[in-house]
Amino acid sequence: MILGLKTFSLGGVHVDDRKYSHDSPIEALPAPKTVVLPMSQHIGAPAKAIVEKGQNVKMGQLIAEKSGFISAAVLSSVSGIVKAIENRMTPGGFMQKCVIIENDFKDERAEAVGSNWASPDAVETVDISKVVSMVEKAGIVGMGGAAFPTAVKLAPPPDVKIDTVILNGVECEPYLTADARIMVEKPAIIVAGLAILMKLFSKNCPVKGYIGIEANKPDAIARISAEAKNYKDIEVVPLALKYPQGGEKQLVNALSGRVVPSGKLPSSVGCVVQNVATAAAIYDVCVNNKPLVERVVTVTGRGVKKPKNILVRLGTSFTELIDFCGGLTDDSAMLICGGPMMGKALQTSEVPVTKGVSGILILNRDEANLFEEETCIRCGRCIDVCPMGLHPGMINKLVEVNDYSKLEEYGILDCIECGSCNYVCAGHGRLVQKIKIGKARVQEIVKARRETKDGDAKK
Amino acid sequence: METKDKKWVVGQGSHIYFPEDASVIMLQVILALIPVCAMGLFVFGLDALKIIVIAMLSAVAFEAFIQKYMLKVKLGVRDYSAALTGLLLALNLPASSPWWMVCIGTAISIGIGKMAYGGLGNNPFNPALVGRVALLIGFPALMTDWSVTGGYLAELYKKVTPESLTAATPLGFVKAYAGSGFASDLASYFNSYKFDVQSLFIGTTGGSIGEVSELAIILGAAYLIYKKIINWEIPVSFITSVGVIASVAYYFKPATSLLPHYHIFSGGLFLGACFMATDMVTSPFTFSGRIIFGIGCGVLTMLIRLYGGYPEGVSFAILLMNIMVPIIDIYFKPKRFGA
Repeated sequence: MILGLKTFSLGGVHVDDRKYSHDSPIEALPAPKTVVLPMSQHIGAPAKAIVEKGQNVKMGQLIAEKSGFISAAVLSSVSGIVKAIENRMTPGGFMQKCVIIENDFKDERAEAVGSNWASPDAVETVDISKVVSMVEKAGIVGMGGAAFPTAVKLAPPPDVKIDTVILNGVECEPYLTADARIMVEKPAIIVAGLAILMKLFSKNCPVKGYIGIEANKPDAIARISAEAKNYKDIEVVPLALKYPQGGEKQLVNALSGRVVPSGKLPSSVGCVVQNVATAAAIYDVCVNNKPLVERVVTVTGRGVKKPKNILVRLGTSFTELIDFCGGLTDDSAMLICGGPMMGKALQTSEVPVTKGVSGILILNRDEANLFEEETCIRCGRCIDVCPMGLHPGMINKLVEVNDYSKLEEYGILDCIECGSCNYVCAGHGRLVQKIKIGKARVQEIVKARRETKDGDAKK
Repeated sequence: METKDKKWVVGQGSHIYFPEDASVIMLQVILALIPVCAMGLFVFGLDALKIIVIAMLSAVAFEAFIQKYMLKVKLGVRDYSAALTGLLLALNLPASSPWWMVCIGTAISIGIGKMAYGGLGNNPFNPALVGRVALLIGFPALMTDWSVTGGYLAELYKKVTPESLTAATPLGFVKAYAGSGFASDLASYFNSYKFDVQSLFIGTTGGSIGEVSELAIILGAAYLIYKKIINWEIPVSFITSVGVIASVAYYFKPATSLLPHYHIFSGGLFLGACFMATDMVTSPFTFSGRIIFGIGCGVLTMLIRLYGGYPEGVSFAILLMNIMVPIIDIYFKPKRFGA
């Protein structure tokens, strides 16, 4: 660790970064024959399909509209014919309703959802009042992995004052390099995207912009810094290597020193955090009139022959991406959607790339955690690394005995599921698995209690 | 095989792992004890080696036997924890211990101290200390028989008392002779056996195999602290509180009290504070909890040494504080972020 670099204050663990694909330039994968577009590529309510089987669709055409406050639209990523609307396996690990479109390879573009400004000073000419609706229509969601609908994040309640916009270029998950490559290859649109976001929030107060990048990406820091010089109030901050620096609360803490209170969002301390790829997507729709139909995906790990960063149409099957990278090695063992710390292990590669898929990781037998779980030896490393100051080992034991009131007291709902405790566990404990189970149960209980309380109040 | 037909292993994140697991931790502690063993060998000769080997082998054998024939579970002896328990027990025994007593000790350590509670990670007490204390109560004479047959001490004793190669430890001497013209006896006694601070620190005095050399213990403990396997809080607060209480006692009763540095450098304080009290299974989780734990150990040790029937109180103090750990953990929780 280089001394003097900023980082978050509590916990964290240094994980060997293994960025094998860092120096591979982004390659475009030709559009596939069919795309599978799940209705739920985001957190929140699934979108509602508005196309029918046999219908002709164009690239960028709305095929499913948002169906709740927290929801996002889905646009077609190719032009062609809707072949089916049926349940398919998705990268979330669930069967889900998907629209399957057969590509006619004409790439006919649908009517514009964004705006097109050929002016060199694009940021100044963007109609700020339309940014949120353009982002919503383009179906943009957080592209770092969590896939929270961006338009919702950009329209906080009126009493919330945002004075800091943070771009997350940390990419603290080991192996993944998609964000790093975008920062190296398209620094201008990322920084301009940040400038648009800052302008959006600057109605009430002056807004400061930060771009946080971990120090293991000196090329990205150099390229982004060179662009940031053209703007006022944008600061590029190199950060010390520590996982999970890309967590919203951790990044806010590292860059601004502010502490987001338990159970609150970063907006409660005046911050909005967006991934660098999301900022690029916002710029693309506002300035280049390009909806979200493709994204950069890292395919990496020792289980794949040639790790690469690939620009793909949404809805392309993982299998095609893996084969584009030379296929699997003989000792490949685990297929993971996302990074090795928080990603989901999948049972099949026959799932489509969705908006939130930043990486496809194939671990071989040596890399993957294939150990059997053993007893806790109370080494306390889970406490040392927990960025939320929890006691993962104790929470784990409380989940085993179903003590939900104690779990709430021990702060299980604060857990960000970053996997740090799981990574360091000397007994190879499956801490996050049990914590997720306990968390779901405690959330139900808290919700039920709130409803009863509301009900009593009404009486 | 086609990519799409491949069968994948599934599991919950994190999917990669930190290589230093329980067995690596145990092995590191055993490595850190090598200087302590080496000093034991130098001071007590081959007797020490014999006891260390018997203890480690019998501890592993007992654990394997219990796992295979009594609990009927998967063998877990590969995690080195049984070997470590055996080694720690051996280091807490006098060099004169007979082989059968060593075996009884490891049987109690492994059987009652560890496996009866469910094995590694579930024991409330330090297993090696359970064994040692059981032997201390069961065989008080053998456990305080400091006679030697070889090594550096045999040579030293030959010069002073050729007829019997033994000598009381400073703490034992004080318990035995307190009140009978103490100060002058002590001075001549200590002079003849070279009980100066330097010898006590380097370890050329009598005692249990592993407790004599503070120098070797500090070397090992420093390695473990550097590797983040033990914390500095417990040894520092434990030893400091013993030093403070010993100084207060000496200030009020200089005629019948040992100088504070004898309390610190003789007896099992360093071995206990650095390798027994810091056992991760039986010590608190948080910084403040560990400080409280260390001070508690120090206070109890000095109460036993000054007012108790035994000359030495480190083992009892650590065991008593071990049982306080759950309650310490309840009152000293980690500090939460944003709460």
